[in-house]
Amino acid sequence: MDAKHLIARRVAQELKDGDVVNLGIGLPTLIPDYVPADVRITLQSENGFLGLGPLEGEPLPNLVNAGGKPCGMIPGTAFFDSAFSFALIRGGHVDVTVLGGLQVDQHGNLANWMVPGKLVPGMGGAMDLVTGAKHVIVAMEHTTKEGGPKILERCTLPLTAAGKVRAIATELAFFRFIEGQLILCETAPGVSVDAVRAATAAQFAVAPDCREMCLT
Amino acid sequence: MGRPPKLTSAAALRPHLHDGMSILFGGFMGTGTPPRIVREILAAGVKDLTIIGNDTAFPDTGVGLLVANRRVKKVIASHIGTNPETGRLMIAGELEVELVPQGTLAERIRCGGAGLGGVLTPTGVGTSAEEGKTKLAFDGVEYLVERPIRSDLAIIKAHLADATGNLVYQRAARNFNPLIALAADFVVAEYDELMNVGGIDPDHVMTPGTLVDALISAQEP
Repeated sequence: MDAKHLIARRVAQELKDGDVVNLGIGLPTLIPDYVPADVRITLQSENGFLGLGPLEGEPLPNLVNAGGKPCGMIPGTAFFDSAFSFALIRGGHVDVTVLGGLQVDQHGNLANWMVPGKLVPGMGGAMDLVTGAKHVIVAMEHTTKEGGPKILERCTLPLTAAGKVRAIATELAFFRFIEGQLILCETAPGVSVDAVRAATAAQFAVAPDCREMCLT
Repeated sequence: MGRPPKLTSAAALRPHLHDGMSILFGGFMGTGTPPRIVREILAAGVKDLTIIGNDTAFPDTGVGLLVANRRVKKVIASHIGTNPETGRLMIAGELEVELVPQGTLAERIRCGGAGLGGVLTPTGVGTSAEEGKTKLAFDGVEYLVERPIRSDLAIIKAHLADATGNLVYQRAARNFNPLIALAADFVVAEYDELMNVGGIDPDHVMTPGTLVDALISAQEP
């Protein structure tokens, strides 16, 4: 299993029956494939609907996901305008948002929207999602392409939101923020706590019941 | 003299278009942006526009065409990443870009149309989005004061319309369209299909016709 699919599989275990979930573009869109059949989630698409589904057959006019790509919708879908969509997001009506990260720090800060001087695409809906969703999960590869740490003592890139991250899933580890502290809860199969520590620049505690991810 | 009829041609927009004007547009990466109206704005040759909406789409889609053809002086949007021209012109100093979180942008436009002086949002607190903004705290939670947005013109993409201007949007093309209908001095909507007056169930009207000043067919050549 490659890193992205491992991460998606682990995040899927966090979702509960009945959850309203918003998934960022990229890796998080793999997650629905790993949600157990008895866990029914509703996907919110911040461009204006609840009921996002996979594209099946020919695309329908005016049906795109938050990446602007043709998508599907499930029976029972509801459309709305952008103010309503973000009322759902900020108002705590979205249970979980899963999005990628450039950096996360031990204070629960997330940076994922710009690299000054290099990449300035705009924050889109990310600031609202990270601020307003009840549970924020960052799903990302543990290190940069160059092997540098992305889980830090303090983010150096501009923040998306301050102190809102609740969990981090990577191909090496699963962390939770518990009472403001970053806790290593699980390691990926074959990965030692020391290996996680070597790839992480943040201070974290190891949970007393820290175990290997169960990915079957 | 009565009000001019709302059903009109794209060319009739020309007197409402001028250099330096501000335009609110509906659309999310082009879905819900009126292509026929954008084409008319391009053909009119107006420049130094301030365009306000979610994103600048792609270089060949939606308002992306206005950016790529150098008609825009300033963009207020939540995202410009899908249109490399926007970023290129911004870095070259030829285009001003104000990035606004998407939910904040929606609320600022809603305030502009609803007669409100602003909105308090927790989004952006502790980030660069709070620079230059007033912060208020209530019950231990910090909020940014975000000011309303209005414009000279709003350009809307509807699916159904009737001659009174009542509008129905289709699927994900709704997005910012109902919000901008309240927030501009002149509101023009492009429709796919014209219904008889009374042909749209009043319970299904999404934007009431009194807000719409002009209607243009998407099929107009």
